[in-house]
Amino acid sequence: MSRTTLMAELETRRAQARAGGGARRVDAQHAKGKLTARERIDLLLDEGSFEEFDMFVAHRATDFGMAADRPPGDGVVTGWGTVNGRLVYVFSQDFTVFGGSLSETHAKKICKIQDMALQNGAPVIGLNDSGGARIQEGVASLAGYAEVFQRNVDASGVIPQISVIMGPCAGGAVYSPAMTDFIIMVRGSSYMFVTGPDVVRTVTNEIVTAEELGGAATHTKRSGVADLAFDNDVEALAETRRLVDLLPLSNRTPPPVRPFFDSPDRVEPSLDTLIPANANAPYDMTELILKLADEGDFYAIQPDFAKNILTGFIRIEGRTVGVVANQPMVLAGCLDIDSARKGAKFVRFCDAFGIPLLTLVDVPGFLPGTAQEYGGVIKHGAKLLFAYGEATVPKVTVITRKAYGGAYDVMASKHLRADFNYAWPTAEIAVMGARGAVEILYRSELDDPKKIAARTRDYEDRFANPFVAAEKGFIDEVIQPATTRRRIARAFASLRTKRQDRPWRKHDTIPL
Amino acid sequence: MFDKILIANRGEIACRIIRTARRMGIATVAVHSDADQGALHVAMADEAVHIGPSPAAQSYIVIDRIMAAIRQTGAQAVHPGYGFLSENAAFADAVAAEGVAFIGPPADAIRAMGDKITSKTIAADAGVSTVPGHMGIVADADEALRIAGGIGYPVMLKASAGGGGKGMRIAWTEADVREGFEASRNEARASFGDDRMFIEKFVTQPRHIEIQLLCDAHGNGVYLGERECSIQRRNQKVIEEAPSPFLDEATRRAMGEQSLMLARAVGYASAGTVEFIVDQARNFYFLEMNTRLQVEHPVTELITGVDIVEEMIRVANGEPLRLAQDDVRLTGWAVESRVYAEDPYREFLPSIGRLTRYRPPAEVATDSLAVRNDTGVFEGGEISMFYDPMIAKLCTWAPDRAGAIAAMRDALGAFEIEGIGHNLPFLAAVMDHPTFTGGTMTTAFIAEEFPDGFRGVDLPEADLHRIAAAAAAMYRVAEIRRTRLSGRMDNHERKVGTDWVVTIGAMRAEVRLAADRRGTDVTIGGTVLRVESDWTPGDTLATLVVDGQRMVLKVGKITHGFRIRVRGADLTVHVRTPRQAELAALMKVHEAADTSKLLLCPMPGLVVRIDVAPGDAVQEGQALAVVEAMKMENILRAERKGRVASVKAAAGDSLAVDDVILEFE
Repeated sequence: MSRTTLMAELETRRAQARAGGGARRVDAQHAKGKLTARERIDLLLDEGSFEEFDMFVAHRATDFGMAADRPPGDGVVTGWGTVNGRLVYVFSQDFTVFGGSLSETHAKKICKIQDMALQNGAPVIGLNDSGGARIQEGVASLAGYAEVFQRNVDASGVIPQISVIMGPCAGGAVYSPAMTDFIIMVRGSSYMFVTGPDVVRTVTNEIVTAEELGGAATHTKRSGVADLAFDNDVEALAETRRLVDLLPLSNRTPPPVRPFFDSPDRVEPSLDTLIPANANAPYDMTELILKLADEGDFYAIQPDFAKNILTGFIRIEGRTVGVVANQPMVLAGCLDIDSARKGAKFVRFCDAFGIPLLTLVDVPGFLPGTAQEYGGVIKHGAKLLFAYGEATVPKVTVITRKAYGGAYDVMASKHLRADFNYAWPTAEIAVMGARGAVEILYRSELDDPKKIAARTRDYEDRFANPFVAAEKGFIDEVIQPATTRRRIARAFASLRTKRQDRPWRKHDTIPL
Repeated sequence: MFDKILIANRGEIACRIIRTARRMGIATVAVHSDADQGALHVAMADEAVHIGPSPAAQSYIVIDRIMAAIRQTGAQAVHPGYGFLSENAAFADAVAAEGVAFIGPPADAIRAMGDKITSKTIAADAGVSTVPGHMGIVADADEALRIAGGIGYPVMLKASAGGGGKGMRIAWTEADVREGFEASRNEARASFGDDRMFIEKFVTQPRHIEIQLLCDAHGNGVYLGERECSIQRRNQKVIEEAPSPFLDEATRRAMGEQSLMLARAVGYASAGTVEFIVDQARNFYFLEMNTRLQVEHPVTELITGVDIVEEMIRVANGEPLRLAQDDVRLTGWAVESRVYAEDPYREFLPSIGRLTRYRPPAEVATDSLAVRNDTGVFEGGEISMFYDPMIAKLCTWAPDRAGAIAAMRDALGAFEIEGIGHNLPFLAAVMDHPTFTGGTMTTAFIAEEFPDGFRGVDLPEADLHRIAAAAAAMYRVAEIRRTRLSGRMDNHERKVGTDWVVTIGAMRAEVRLAADRRGTDVTIGGTVLRVESDWTPGDTLATLVVDGQRMVLKVGKITHGFRIRVRGADLTVHVRTPRQAELAALMKVHEAADTSKLLLCPMPGLVVRIDVAPGDAVQEGQALAVVEAMKMENILRAERKGRVASVKAAAGDSLAVDDVILEFE
């Protein structure tokens, strides 16, 4: 063939691959408000940065007449590119080709970029939109899933893995996202479940829609499986870019630094009045986070799940910091099963990737009740304790108000080797609230409200302050709230060279 | 001169009085309720005395409490501010009996002007123009009909003790009088415990114009020009200015001189204000006299250079006035905007809570421009439910009216308030309204121009293009910063493009950016707009020059763009690459989820109280119930307007998550 013919052949083949499942299926995808696999990549990556692998890969199945239909690419677009100039690997399932179903070769394409990403130390971002296993291929498809799973496990804690669920994700397919670091869903067009509504109805007689069973609302508010949900593909992918900007490329590289337009010395006088005069009045911890962050920018993780704890990323002096904060607006900021799981997951991610941790504490204790005990709050609460205890990244803690009981220990206390433990003058570090303590200590005087009131006052005077803890060195310094940004900025600056080793082990046995 | 004065008030006016006292070398005493423990006036004063619980009825208007504070601190004079005890003759008497100076008029003058019928009689006798009407109490509907026929329709039926629009009705026909008289009288009895009624001519298309007086105890008096206060919402002044764009010199002099005649008739000494309504033929009629410092006094201060509070203090000290009428010069133009904690998008519902951000525009005082902001709050402070929802009085001054209004536009644009609802967009909308800028407003302005409430301003396309150009230039700056992240592949960096698509609501514009060191040339809609700004990412306020015109934007981040507040409009501005825009156009618009008609308990907790009953109409944002969880009281609010159908829980109930508290219709 002549050179021109060869070039033409290449262009024809490329055009064929880029056409995916054809105009009709692309239109159907658009009609659902969903973009195609390639359109999504356009939005995820820097313009013109995408380099594709395996565009011409086709499946090798022959059963059920499959040999006659071998579209190039086999239902997934894979490759690499950049997000704001930084390397990432991406796979994007193409619902217009065999419903995005996973075949042996489809899986191989994903595995190839997973291997590349792990080797080169760059994140993997999966854009999931797949009907599930390619049933025609049988066990070969299942094997494909498992190959992907194994690579998810191998990459865990080495490179960030992000899953964006942009269509169906059911059955075995859910376990790959489940093992990645972040799951982002699209409202109205994505769902995840192990067994679908039909099976649920047959087996349990429960009647439930796909949306109720595994939609974005279910997983961001109820199950906590997903971290974030956005209104459409465009927004989800733009926000995924924002997330990538906050993360290191791998555990071998430090978290990214970005030019910033906010003074580390910024004083916020309004923080001096953040804590209400009434100790039982709530306040919004988000305000503190926003006022500490560079440019008031907070990227919340799991904002709609276990809202009694806040987790997410901010930047201090342009450097990523993970924030964990009790939220007094919800359940008084207490710890419970869900908030402990949410916090622990986040702390472990940050520690794995060298992201310093800022902990803001206003915690009255653990949520009491049978639901919590039967649900195993002992083990779940221990996850957060364990996560803080094993984290060797820089840890800075600020107690704004309550730090009661075991929850005080859990929330990155000095005893869990936090590096800086600051307290505001409004801090109360005690075994429990004054009234509760007095009711135990002076049980015999309970009939005499006057005596009890006096005892309560005494207890408050003695313990409802940060100074008892400060005298023992559990608090490094009591700081003025208005200066908190400067204090934590300096603290993190001093910890940039922190190195802390832990004894060798194969891996720990975190309570699961 | 006094060594120490007590200010029997709170909020901005207490702060404003303290400022003048301090300049005069006088020590100040603040009083405060529980809720005002940490208030600005308490922090500013040299001394502070706690005078009781938060409700004003148990603190700021309890004469004994104030008298105790005076005795305790040895204050030699008391300034009552406005509202509270400022027009309470008994208080003035009590202060005098204590041998302490009252920084206000004699008690008799307060008494004489305090009753609408008495004051009108005195005014008429003093030769002040009054609204044609019946001077006496009207016995019944028949008498009312007879009098109305004599005056000529339309007429106003008014409760003698009235205020705030209660017990007040306009009658255009005999039938209206017959119906309205009893209704108004019942209302008056219920509201004020006083059912005396009178009738007067109803002036159509009236303007509210008032004269500021300053009188001493030696028989001297001057008028400091007028203030136009026609921009009112339900009889609440919103925007005032001085002078009035409507008065001529002859009318001004006639109003001023008649006001002084009234002052002399009641032996007035101190600052006072005579309010008039003025019809379209510049006939003016006495409305009432306010025997105190007015909220809107700063606009008069700005055009006369007189510190009215200082003069009040000097008069109370027995000094003669330091200026004669010939010394009074009205220079330039001043406008005041009252910034209220009221959400204009929610039918001006008062909004309370924490001011998470409060950044007023910078105060300026030059020969060509003045910006003055009288306030009693601070960032991190609380707007409580107990008092007036006023946050600040923002005033601007310039040599002419257009300049003062332009300065107000800028000042409103640069005002940042977050954490609570506020009326800044509404104030900005008025500043751009042709009826206001043309100076032809009447007291019906707001009711006529915003009959369905305020929904934000629709800006013309030219303005939207300028905003789009500004947003594109800013977005480019933010995007370039994003490419400066560490860890990028050398030599393969992202290049931020020059072509963008900006959408603002239905407006879509393709723009091309050419940036140089000092600014950006933005090609939009076939023209080139030059954008210059020192905005950097994270700034919540952007000051730009777009095509030679200054522009101030309040900016918030959203995905692919900004949320921008500008000149009474709240805009969602998307800035996207052509490819992003093309794909965004394929997205479905999500319809707002059908939120159920139930108020569910958001957390396990104990019901402290239910604030509504079946049949109650509730506004969006209104408190419905309080649930205590983990010893925290959480206020549950209505997410939208509605009517309560049934209440399913009661105080003391223990609820689980998603238990029904009440149902809406």
